[in-house]
Amino acid sequence: MSARRRIEAVVLGCSAGGVQAMLALFPKLSVDFKPYLIVVCHAGAEGVELLCEVLGRVSALPVREAAERDSPQPGVIYLAPAGYHLYLEREGQFALSIDPKVCFVRPSIDILFESAAARHRSKLLAVVLSGANEDGARGLQYVRRLGGYAIVQDPEDAAVPQMPEAALRIAGADDVLPLSEIATRINEFCS
Amino acid sequence: MDAEDIELELFVQALKLRHGYDFGQYARASLKRRVNDLVKNAELGTIGALTSRVVHDEAFLPQVIAGISVPVSEMFRNPEIFKALSAEVFPVLASYPHINIWQAGCARGEEVYSLAILLEEAGLYDRTQIYATDFNDHVLHVAQEGIFSVHEARLYAQNYLAAGGKHTLSHYWHARYERVKLDERLKRNITFANHNLVADGVFCEAHLILCRNVLIYFTNTLQDQVLGLFRDSLVRGGFLALGNKESIHFSANAREFLAFNSAARIFRLGPSVGK
Ligand SMILES: C[S@@+](CC[C@H](N)C(=O)[O-])C[C@H]1O[C@@H](n2cnc3c(N)ncnc32)[C@H](O)[C@@H]1O
Repeated sequence: MSARRRIEAVVLGCSAGGVQAMLALFPKLSVDFKPYLIVVCHAGAEGVELLCEVLGRVSALPVREAAERDSPQPGVIYLAPAGYHLYLEREGQFALSIDPKVCFVRPSIDILFESAAARHRSKLLAVVLSGANEDGARGLQYVRRLGGYAIVQDPEDAAVPQMPEAALRIAGADDVLPLSEIATRINEFCS
Repeated sequence: MDAEDIELELFVQALKLRHGYDFGQYARASLKRRVNDLVKNAELGTIGALTSRVVHDEAFLPQVIAGISVPVSEMFRNPEIFKALSAEVFPVLASYPHINIWQAGCARGEEVYSLAILLEEAGLYDRTQIYATDFNDHVLHVAQEGIFSVHEARLYAQNYLAAGGKHTLSHYWHARYERVKLDERLKRNITFANHNLVADGVFCEAHLILCRNVLIYFTNTLQDQVLGLFRDSLVRGGFLALGNKESIHFSANAREFLAFNSAARIFRLGPSVGK
């Protein structure tokens, strides 16, 4: 069964409605969560320090801002810093850029997904949640092309459906699930 | 290695062999994306085809350099940093009879004009010389013009106030149609010059080096090399300002820089290091 595949990394993208979704999702992630989880959430120009704190409070896993040149550690949740694109290099470290916006946003979910796919290929799990634009769809398409696993929040269940809708239209998904079932699915893969 | 990664390495090799531009120590993930954008814009299909073009078509080089360079900036980007420079660094600079500032990776001049304005307001500009450098000739040319769109100017005006500016930014520009042109007088102590951080050496004795969001594009090895260049270009007790999210803890040369204002990523050479 596919749930047996070994997952090394989870990437997650969301925008409008995304913080609420993460607040519901993160408390359910297992303490035995083994990979690392990297998040791009379009949260505005302000820093993500506060968001790290809020999410850290509800989650069993530590939540930190991704720092350039550091390598992500297992069992940690990382948020992309505001105003920078976040990449995962081939050798595994985080890298940042202020390259032009993609889909009108920086950080871009597409950029994180593509670079993480190049690094982890079939051992990558990518998740698209609630959001108001098309960012993430091309990245998810690339993740799937390289054999990664894709979970998209059911648009019917999402606070703002455009992002999961675009992901399904452009990339498709291995699972389309309501938020309440996404954590269970991630835990199956990752604990 | 997959086919695309091999093509990327061959492209980097070709640029170096054919034109002497060495991107071997640029962080790969973002470089790959920019090179792929070049492929798309030139409708070439593959990085391999781009490599061939770059080898055979001399006239194509500027377009390639412009595509790899990322001249994305703002005037007073991260205003709190400019506030910290004015409040904490300028008073030290004021003790020198003549001040040299090097801004490396100046893009379209956004930050160098920001500095000139704050120095003017601090009464220091007349004894300051600023060297604004980049390796992209096209942007140096644009920077020299000092022209921005009205749309950009609106954001810059807000940033300027947040940075502690004493007037309104429009005090320094003339608006014409959809553009604003910065006051010519701001340029009087700025020298724009081509300098490639990868290949070129020390050219001044600086009291402050501002190099924000350039080293993020470099591997640890090149970052360390350039921090060495900065150390060798600074006077004793000279200042270095980096971008907000830059980490230098993997660099051996960085050990000679002491944290001056960590949140603002402003460092200072120790008293026993420098010219
Ligand atoms: C992202 S911009 C940073 C602009 C500005 N400092 C800021 O933070 O807003 C990076 C700039 O560095 C320049 N650059 C990149 N590699 C360089 C090199 N090897 N030597 C000199 N400049 C370089 C690019 O051309 C570009 O203008």
